[in-house]
Amino acid sequence: MSIITEKEAKKLLKKVLAFSKADECECNLNGQLTGNIRYARNTVTTAGEVTDLTLAVQSTFGKKMGVATINEFDDASLEKVVRRSEELARLAPDNPEMMPNLKPQKYSKMATYFESTANVGPEFRAKAADDGITPSKKKNLVASGFLTDSHTMTAVMNTNGLFAYNVATNVSFSATIRTADGKGSGWVTRDYSDVNKMDTAKASKIAIDKSIGSVDAKEMEPGKYTVILEPAASVGLLGRLVNAMGQRAADEGRSFLSYKPKEGEKNPPKNKLGMKMFDERVSIYSDPHHPEVPTATFAGDGAAVERTEWIQDGKIVNFQNSRYWAQKTGSKYNPTAIGGNWIMEGGNESLEDMIKNTRRGILVTRLWYIRQLDPQTLLQTGLTRDGTFYIENGKIKYPVKNFRFNESPIVMLNNIEALGKPVRINGNMVPPMKVRDFTFSSLSDAV
Amino acid sequence: MERRDFIKLTGAGVGGLMLPITGNMVSAAQLLEKPMDVAMKKQLADVALNAAKSVGATYADARIGRYLNQFITTREKVVNNVVNTESAGIGIRVIANGTWGFASTSIMTPDSIAKTAKQAVAIAKANSKFQTEPVKLAPVKSYGEVSWKTPIVKNAFEIPIKEKADMLLEVNNAAMSNGASYITSIFFLVNEQKYFASTEGSYIDQDVHRLWAPFFASAVGESGFKQRTSLGNPVGMGFEYLDGKKEDKIYIDGANIGYHNSYDMVEDAKNAGKQLQKKLKAKSVKPGKYDLVLDPAHLMLTIHESVGHPLELDRVLGYEANFAGTSFATLDKWKSKKFQYGSDIVNLFADKTQLHSLGYVGYDDEGVKTKEWDLVKDGILVNYQATRDQVHMIDQNESHGCCYSQSWRDVQFQRMSNVSLKPNPKEDLSANDVIKGVDDGIYIAGRGSFSIDQQRYNFQFGGQLFYEIKNGKIVDQIEDVAYQSNTQEFWNSCAQLAGKSDYRVGGSFFDGKGQPSQVSAVSHGCPTTRFNNINVLNTKRKV
Repeated sequence: MSIITEKEAKKLLKKVLAFSKADECECNLNGQLTGNIRYARNTVTTAGEVTDLTLAVQSTFGKKMGVATINEFDDASLEKVVRRSEELARLAPDNPEMMPNLKPQKYSKMATYFESTANVGPEFRAKAADDGITPSKKKNLVASGFLTDSHTMTAVMNTNGLFAYNVATNVSFSATIRTADGKGSGWVTRDYSDVNKMDTAKASKIAIDKSIGSVDAKEMEPGKYTVILEPAASVGLLGRLVNAMGQRAADEGRSFLSYKPKEGEKNPPKNKLGMKMFDERVSIYSDPHHPEVPTATFAGDGAAVERTEWIQDGKIVNFQNSRYWAQKTGSKYNPTAIGGNWIMEGGNESLEDMIKNTRRGILVTRLWYIRQLDPQTLLQTGLTRDGTFYIENGKIKYPVKNFRFNESPIVMLNNIEALGKPVRINGNMVPPMKVRDFTFSSLSDAV
Repeated sequence: MERRDFIKLTGAGVGGLMLPITGNMVSAAQLLEKPMDVAMKKQLADVALNAAKSVGATYADARIGRYLNQFITTREKVVNNVVNTESAGIGIRVIANGTWGFASTSIMTPDSIAKTAKQAVAIAKANSKFQTEPVKLAPVKSYGEVSWKTPIVKNAFEIPIKEKADMLLEVNNAAMSNGASYITSIFFLVNEQKYFASTEGSYIDQDVHRLWAPFFASAVGESGFKQRTSLGNPVGMGFEYLDGKKEDKIYIDGANIGYHNSYDMVEDAKNAGKQLQKKLKAKSVKPGKYDLVLDPAHLMLTIHESVGHPLELDRVLGYEANFAGTSFATLDKWKSKKFQYGSDIVNLFADKTQLHSLGYVGYDDEGVKTKEWDLVKDGILVNYQATRDQVHMIDQNESHGCCYSQSWRDVQFQRMSNVSLKPNPKEDLSANDVIKGVDDGIYIAGRGSFSIDQQRYNFQFGGQLFYEIKNGKIVDQIEDVAYQSNTQEFWNSCAQLAGKSDYRVGGSFFDGKGQPSQVSAVSHGCPTTRFNNINVLNTKRKV
């Protein structure tokens, strides 16, 4: 009993709230049914399934709040969890930033559930592993990879009468295929809401081809290069930028979006809302209705979520914020949906077209071990991995050794040469991008 | 787990709650309830072992776990959250047809346990179709019924919540009245009550305690903002770690205070405020080659990344290829007995019995008594870290005892043990003595940004505090420092070690590995150490 229907969820949560003696009470029900398979050295190493259903209850007395959870659902357990949360609330100090529960919300329709994905079983997972292992063995390669599928359910109810419910499915796959002598390595990743879009054989072939194609990489001098970043390469840098778009840190002077007043400036703004920071082709938004990356249309507190622009034509147009901070500053509250996505707009060019249109550059499959060096500039470091190639006159000439980069996504989004057609990656939509003057600071011997 | 995941805990209500470890939240009082009776655990474990054997398992182990956590998070003058979690259940691992199988359940009735054990065998049999390397276990002693407990003085869970919250607010106040503009401080307390039983005849009951008390302070000035995190360590200790005893303080002339086996969090917060103000005005480093003197609370992370991970045998063999990667420290290098990992003063060892360390336990999660062993001796690579099913691949027949699972619900596998650098055996030099010998260098304290490639060659590390050393003296606080090196070159540039009085144990509370990912906690001891001629970058960038 990990995924229950909307009707059952409503009945259960009403029963829970009936036990409440607090000023306010909010419940959150989360169910999951997940499966996975992992392989390495051309053999399956682990496989498993997890089912879980958890109820979290938040009780408040004035500005005091307590949270307790349970995974037993008989009446006595339900009452117990409510009492526990009340007991914790009474023990807790006042939290002046505590916000009252939301009133009922109107939600637009969600399209996050695919029966095809909910039906994934051990056979599908085993085939996904075999799609990498068998062709790898034939070519004297060594396959490793991981596939995980999930069917999840979320429901929220509070004593103001708010109720939200959603079910979602997801499947994600990644494979690393290496040559037996360790001189070449290729990688691929795919994730979808609908498993019918997942072709693990086709994906594995990409890792196989990159593995063979990356053997005997040549050394190139570190420096500034034009790069073509595959979506899997830029998603990490872009994600760090999107995650750093919080209003509170910006208002407090602790963000790349904090505004530094000019000398003598009267009534300067605290943050860079409305200011242009990136190339005008840069637009990033979140949208629960995007057909490729659908999410729930509500946040964890039950707030309704619709499309929200973050960056439009290179300008900052919205911040992420909490309900408390939005109210305190008189700003619009921009809640983040459960399983939230972000989408960067692009063009129509394919990755292949982008390579064809490049005179001299580096094609990057992915970036690895990205860590921030300076939150003021969002300067990041990390390395290329599993397929880095030199492009000359529109063609991939040869594989090159991996580089360490030291670069900021702010610089990257100001140095755009071209944007391709966005594809889904890690639940977001990211275009392949060609960027000039990308800074590689040293070489790595790693394959 | 990264810092930002921690920060998500602050201000989180039921909707925004992000827990690093799955668990059920319970009342504070319930955390003090007595663990399950050992006789009952033995009975339930035997149900699992017998059920597994009855359907063809050639080996089985059962782990009955009760995992308790408590976080208290504060921000400036506000206590954001008090969260108690508990998770209990049983994980059953078996070998059938030469293949591993695993299943777990939170329903601890004999019927449910037997069913779960049989499911683990069924999974093993199903996966055996793909098996090309049948599991071969190194022998292990049958220990009978034994128990072990982290030697704590004060159980952190027993300290009243108000007392802990007040202490964090005092920390915040200390930082803010000395120059910090903002601060988040957290107590993170862990108690693993775990019972292990296997068909080898061991019944092991362990009570493991860990604690971490970090803060993250920042200051905003005209030129921008700066951050400084705490210099205390996560430890395998009780609340006595926060006693801040005088004898546990190591004063670095002109720089920071280092902490030994207890931590003065309020003092560190005060210093953080003052150092933040200096950071705002500090000059930017001139890039180039420098002799570096690295403080233990910094060097521990360099050891973790450039020694601990590459010497995990599963990485060397390729089991982690699709996630964290493989290792440059390949078997041929080890077999040659000549691979110069570091200079001849470098002695790195693994040790799951180090007092106050995060990895200190009596037995690992597959019932192997823990021990100490050499990894790099006099600069030469001599061994790896391996579990029962791996040691035969390096021609050894005794497991190193470094198998771990983050909870009852996840399968145990090879994890990093405490990996440490031995202090100077000849002279008991202090950190100040090491600094005295440097003409033109940089002293780095505290852990900052860290990044290393998937085979652990090329790395780049930052820190919390940076000081210019001129003619044997610390002269100025500087900023924007990161050093880049290659693991082998770096350890071969190791030029001087402080002595045993300076040896300190730092650690990583949330080290991630595996798919699905699991966390583990691990410590690294070392003295203040000098490395010559290292490439230093300036990380200031105009955007």
